[in-house]
Amino acid sequence: VATAAPASEPLRRFLQVARGAGLKVSAAEGIDAARALDLVGFEDRTVLRDSLGLVLAKTPEEKAAYEEVFDIYFKRDEFAGGQDAIEDEAPGSDQDPFSSPANGAGGDGMGGQGGQSLGSLLASDDRATLATAMEQAAREAGIENIRFFTQKNLYARRILDRMGLRALERDMEAMRQTGTPEGLGRAQFLDGKVEALRDSVRDFVERNLLLFAKGDTEKFREELLKSARFSNLERRDLDRMRVLVRQMAKKLAARYAKTRRRRLRGQLDTRRTLRRNMGWGGIPFITVWKQKRIEKPRVMVLCDVSGSVAAMAQFLLMFMYAINEALSDIRSFAFAGSLIEVSEILEKQPVEEAITRIMSMIGYGSSNYGNSFADFEDGWMRHVTNKTTVIILGDARGNRTDPRTDVIGRLSQRSKRIIWLNPEYRSAWGTGDSDMYRYAPFCGLVTVCNTLRHLERTITDILEAAA
Amino acid sequence: VGSKGRRPFAGPGRARRLTFRHGDAIRILNSSLEPDVNDALPLGGAPLRSIDVVEQGLGEAGYIANRQISTAIYMAHHLQKPILVEGPAGVGKTELAKSVASWLKLPLIRMQCYEGLDESKALYEWKYGKQLLYTQILKDKINSVIGDADDLATALDKLHSFGDVFFSHQFLEPRPLLRSLQEPGGSVLLIDEIDKSDQEFEAFLLEILSDYQVTIPEIGTVGAIVPPIVLLTSNSTRDLGDALKRRCLHLHIGFPDDKLEAKIIASRVPGIDARLLKQLVSFAQQLRALDLKKVPSVSETIDWAKIMLLLHTTVLEVDLVRDTLNVLLKFEADIEVAGKQLAGLTHKARQEAGVT
Repeated sequence: VATAAPASEPLRRFLQVARGAGLKVSAAEGIDAARALDLVGFEDRTVLRDSLGLVLAKTPEEKAAYEEVFDIYFKRDEFAGGQDAIEDEAPGSDQDPFSSPANGAGGDGMGGQGGQSLGSLLASDDRATLATAMEQAAREAGIENIRFFTQKNLYARRILDRMGLRALERDMEAMRQTGTPEGLGRAQFLDGKVEALRDSVRDFVERNLLLFAKGDTEKFREELLKSARFSNLERRDLDRMRVLVRQMAKKLAARYAKTRRRRLRGQLDTRRTLRRNMGWGGIPFITVWKQKRIEKPRVMVLCDVSGSVAAMAQFLLMFMYAINEALSDIRSFAFAGSLIEVSEILEKQPVEEAITRIMSMIGYGSSNYGNSFADFEDGWMRHVTNKTTVIILGDARGNRTDPRTDVIGRLSQRSKRIIWLNPEYRSAWGTGDSDMYRYAPFCGLVTVCNTLRHLERTITDILEAAA
Repeated sequence: VGSKGRRPFAGPGRARRLTFRHGDAIRILNSSLEPDVNDALPLGGAPLRSIDVVEQGLGEAGYIANRQISTAIYMAHHLQKPILVEGPAGVGKTELAKSVASWLKLPLIRMQCYEGLDESKALYEWKYGKQLLYTQILKDKINSVIGDADDLATALDKLHSFGDVFFSHQFLEPRPLLRSLQEPGGSVLLIDEIDKSDQEFEAFLLEILSDYQVTIPEIGTVGAIVPPIVLLTSNSTRDLGDALKRRCLHLHIGFPDDKLEAKIIASRVPGIDARLLKQLVSFAQQLRALDLKKVPSVSETIDWAKIMLLLHTTVLEVDLVRDTLNVLLKFEADIEVAGKQLAGLTHKARQEAGVT
């Protein structure tokens, strides 16, 4: 039973479209879809929709996306309605005056319609055949490759050309040239029909753009955002960035969330072995080996929230709180002129709101690193243990105040390690009032960090280091 | 046999002869012995002929299914895939499995998942006690077998020639998963609240979900006699792995609309007055629209309906609702929120049911 039915052409295209809409459809699921289709057939749309939905969409979000894309994809009533008004005005639609003159000229690009010209199709108002012709012309024009909305007119034009519009236009011009009332009338009648055709083709292209291009453009945009500098982000991208941050964080958290143990080979844990085998009178049926726990990292984050670093701080904090479950303990501090602890605010409120609040409390001032570090030493230095990783985020520009490297020195001795994330490029370090190179000797890692990618790399590094 | 071969219209007897899959030999053997049982088999094809039949059958078992649910059961049988059922608590996920089992007259094997569930509780365990006891009882026999051996090597050789007597089927304690595979007439396996188990356990389930078989290191691979119908339920307390989802059909059951809910309650609480029913449903639906910590589930509405029936109520009164609100709402804060709007909610419920 497990043999796969070959995916039929419409299904294959639908799967492609579904993937574009953000559904994760694996090859195995594709095969299941083909088997489901085999079982229920195309006849009943609702059954088909339910069945494929069971196989393809596996979360509530995916279900919604799936239903949307299913409806767009299987909507094939291009020519139903909307043209009835024109139809009524049709003079003498029972006779077909264009069949003989247009047939020869209209032949270019009309391969699939059995020699019927576009003019006669329009005049006879054969919607089903028109729809088929359009579908075929679209396939020939390669509609699947449409990616950008700027290509809409191009593709519409190509489809119309393939349907034989140019020849028809030539014919209509010829009719007008005759000057007879009959010829003019027919030309006018056809004008209306052609306008309607243009509209439906444009609609059709637009729908296909939605189908085929949405996924790709989104993906493209996301890739771009991942390597865009935080300070260059536009306001409208922020939401999408938040989603991306959560996705990345979720991935990392899933990988590192568990307390891991590393088994030490060949060292018997006598106490546990005896306990475990008590039921058999202490005869060691089951052996227990000694193992080493791998601790989750304990993190303290110090964020400069002044000026240009602020955007970066927001994402760092968001990231850190999203991987909460992979950390055993996280405390966060914000500083500009002085330093305060902000853990509580961040735990109680969603990060976005919390950040705005923190900013209003302390942000946007001119920074004083020395002062802030001194604050930290007074208030929280005693909580730093040799298991604590300290992350400092800042450009190290203290406006020519005393950098207090001595505090960082002591912090470095107490903590497991200090990681300094600097949103400035390396070439700018040490220029002007930057104290980066004065702090650097005390830090285990100093790195440029101004895009989402940098952020991910650094945090992976922190989680790895705990192992 | 393609999937088409098992489709509609072949009579039950004919279908049985046409459909061959693994485990068939045993089933045919059984069918000659106990024909009545065999007629209830889902895999004979007859009860799961079409989606309509499924819907009707579930209805007879007391489960009012919408089209999607019946489609899922139909597909699960024909594609031989497990169904992962997700949705809020109390919409009848577990009930679905029970109803399928009672409709098809198959045994329901239920495995409740929890943190720390491992294979010794889910799949099989060795009967240690029995093994020890038998070694003691058989001590003399073992002595007589190896007693005349001159040295250790010969004794060992002799022991080996007996094979793994103590690690055979007799000493195996089957747990739910293994039992569901060994049911000769097929079964409905319910893996309840899979999201409560650990991630490792999820990975462990993959083999049984995709191939209907499990591997026991000491014995080998055990395949299903008749592939069971498998339902997994989840409340989405954590995201399940992609590998698991890929192997399952995914069914999302949400709260029913008012018409369906009325039908469900009517089937569960027979004898309830139609007008009272309308009021109850309307009230529950309104509660779900409020901003509550936990909205009332269908099972809670059913309980409430039963209470109203006991109290011989015909019209919802504010005081009565206030007194019985703790059946629907389980948090003090929620009761407080709803309590403030009680008069309005009751009034609207009465209005919608046409009761003045």
